[in-house]
Amino acid sequence: MTSELVTMNIGPIHPSTHGVFRMRVTFDGETIVDAEPVIGYLHRGSEKLAEERTYVQVVTLTDRMDYTASMTNNQAYILSVEKLSNITPSNRGVWLRMIAAELQRIAAHSVATGFLINDLGAWHTPLLYLLREREKILELFEMMCGARITNSYLRPGGVFMDAPDEFWPSLNRFLDEMPGRIDDIENLLTGNEIVLVRTQNVATVTKEQAINASITGPMLRASGVDWDLRHRNPYDFYSQVSFRRPMGTVGDNNDRYLVRINEIRESLKIIEQCIDMIEPGPVIPKEVPFLVRPPNGESYVPIEAPKGELGFYLVSDGGIAPFRCHVRAPSLINLTLLRDMVIGYKIADLFVTFGSIDVNMGEVDR
Amino acid sequence: MGPIRDSFLFEFVYCHLSTDLSCDPIRIINFSFIGARLDWIAFGITAFFWIFAFVNAALIGVLVLIWGERRLIGKFQARLGPNRWGPLGLFTPFADAIKVMFKEDIEPTLSDKFIYVLAPILMVVPVFMIFPIIPYSARSFLTDISVGVVFVLAITSINSLSVLMAGWASGNRFAIIGGIRAVAMLLSYEIPMGIAAAGVVLVAGSLSLSEVVSNQTIPNALFQPLGFITFLIASTAELNRSPFDITEAESELVAGYMTDYSSMKFGLFYLGEFMATIASSAVIVVFYFSGWRGPGFLPPELWFVLKWIGVIAIFIWFRATFPRLRIDQIMALAWKGLFELSLLNILILAMMIAIWPDPTGLQLLLMTGINWIVFVLSIYIFGRLLSPDLSGNKMKKRKVVYGLD
Repeated sequence: MTSELVTMNIGPIHPSTHGVFRMRVTFDGETIVDAEPVIGYLHRGSEKLAEERTYVQVVTLTDRMDYTASMTNNQAYILSVEKLSNITPSNRGVWLRMIAAELQRIAAHSVATGFLINDLGAWHTPLLYLLREREKILELFEMMCGARITNSYLRPGGVFMDAPDEFWPSLNRFLDEMPGRIDDIENLLTGNEIVLVRTQNVATVTKEQAINASITGPMLRASGVDWDLRHRNPYDFYSQVSFRRPMGTVGDNNDRYLVRINEIRESLKIIEQCIDMIEPGPVIPKEVPFLVRPPNGESYVPIEAPKGELGFYLVSDGGIAPFRCHVRAPSLINLTLLRDMVIGYKIADLFVTFGSIDVNMGEVDR
Repeated sequence: MGPIRDSFLFEFVYCHLSTDLSCDPIRIINFSFIGARLDWIAFGITAFFWIFAFVNAALIGVLVLIWGERRLIGKFQARLGPNRWGPLGLFTPFADAIKVMFKEDIEPTLSDKFIYVLAPILMVVPVFMIFPIIPYSARSFLTDISVGVVFVLAITSINSLSVLMAGWASGNRFAIIGGIRAVAMLLSYEIPMGIAAAGVVLVAGSLSLSEVVSNQTIPNALFQPLGFITFLIASTAELNRSPFDITEAESELVAGYMTDYSSMKFGLFYLGEFMATIASSAVIVVFYFSGWRGPGFLPPELWFVLKWIGVIAIFIWFRATFPRLRIDQIMALAWKGLFELSLLNILILAMMIAIWPDPTGLQLLLMTGINWIVFVLSIYIFGRLLSPDLSGNKMKKRKVVYGLD
């Protein structure tokens, strides 16, 4: 009996490609023989558009890259602009944007975990529990800046407005509730036999493989590499807060899930410390002009975004718009390992692995 | 004389048509044109009414189940579920049904037209045949065929053929993978299901569904838990329901075998699946929850319906809770787990029935106790032995390590 390989186009329109991702996958029966990612379906030319806008206007473009984590996108961009134009941010502004970034990390990890479990075939239940928590974060963002997803909250020098008084009790209530919710999710998923069977020892990435492929973020830590830019290369006031860096031991899909869930807990601790240390004051220094005109030069400040190392490489020619803006997008670089991860596994593992990499097509294609 | 001939409706129809003198008191208008030997005409008319009633009851039941499933899953997922159209959103599935009927019917160019059209019909029609043989109580069933258990198993396995036909005829790769998966899975789960059902037959001493119920002094779910668990898992797989929904597998195969179906053909698949859920739940009630039997303060039909709803709720609960298993793990579960467990169940039962062919109450309790001991031990041992992990590793809940400062 002879059998043939089957080549299938999965995507760009497919329930689990998290956007418009396409894979040309060759199967031998149920087993994956080859997988070729095809990207570019969501390319909007953000980097080129940035050259046509002033430095502050570009903030809105960064929102739309990784739309599940716009606060950290803003943060990466703003840090780069601040370095480029030698702006010292105000204290309160930095604390506020750290709170925003950590909240965003919780939201992004919730989305990632929820959709990962959805790719496993759980019929939306864990996803909806996690999206409910994300909803609370979005409401907090709404209090901070009036927007929920595309925040554009950060400005060179800090943030554009102070959080209102009713924000702090809401934030405290969220911090009180969230650990219990995470416990619920862990009770449902972490020891769940089907989740264990489906995720353990599937798509294992070794330390060397991860480092050689420039993988960053939770995916790198899941492979057992202790690399967190908040700890290694502290930006903002991360050197003043203490937090633990969860790492996986094997580097499979289960570890990637565990690392994200535990990072949510650590982020909650960071926010609590931020609340303790924040002091009244201006959220943005008076001397920062609205139209930033950095001197000639270039800058790159990598930050630990929810998906990995995110950095904006900016080149200034002294004008009001960046001469060149390049984004080091963690999703794109983490995605490069997909082919090596899935070969030899089953069709069902393809989507779980893709979900565990946690890519966002808005960031991959920009 | 079957139950149709015993029914009031038959008497009514027959007496209005026949010249039989014994039914003068019932007759309202006298047509009286057939003799007693032509009573099959009356039988036909009565049967038509009953079939009409059953088909419509099944269809309404599906709509109510769709509503109930969505509401209940809504509760599981901390949201409301459908609540806009009608009281508590009860009309939502009706609106959906009308919408589905009026959608454009697209046939893919590559499809094999005849099989493509036949598949959804084959999904629905056999399921209708289960409802008439279910004994809803000692007095209310349409027909009590003497091989009821075998009939049920035979009818429920037709849908795997339908799924394969749909997957093949669509000419779509997602569909064909769904179809092939269906055949592999459904055929594997037929076997533990059949063997578990044999345990029920052993206890009842009969293949007739009504005798299966009337011979259940202890509900089989309590009497032979191993058989019950096996049958429940196997029928979940037979129904393509989560966690065994690999044939549709929304997150993998878009919609599996029905990817290329639209309009009412898709509606028929949907209908067939939900109807199969209802039918299988009824079968489980008959096999394992002693059918209509229950304390006398409620009528037996109501007991049946309450148990029925309970079993359907278990399926919905599964769906709201479990992630999906992978194909190789599903096959491993069927062949390395359920197959042996169901064999063990039937072995223990057969031995006990050979020792006590006519058990007294105390012996029945003893048999139940033995069954429970076997159940707990075997589930524990098989849980230890089964390692469906791809590389053969034992799966264990892990913890993260933390980076050192």
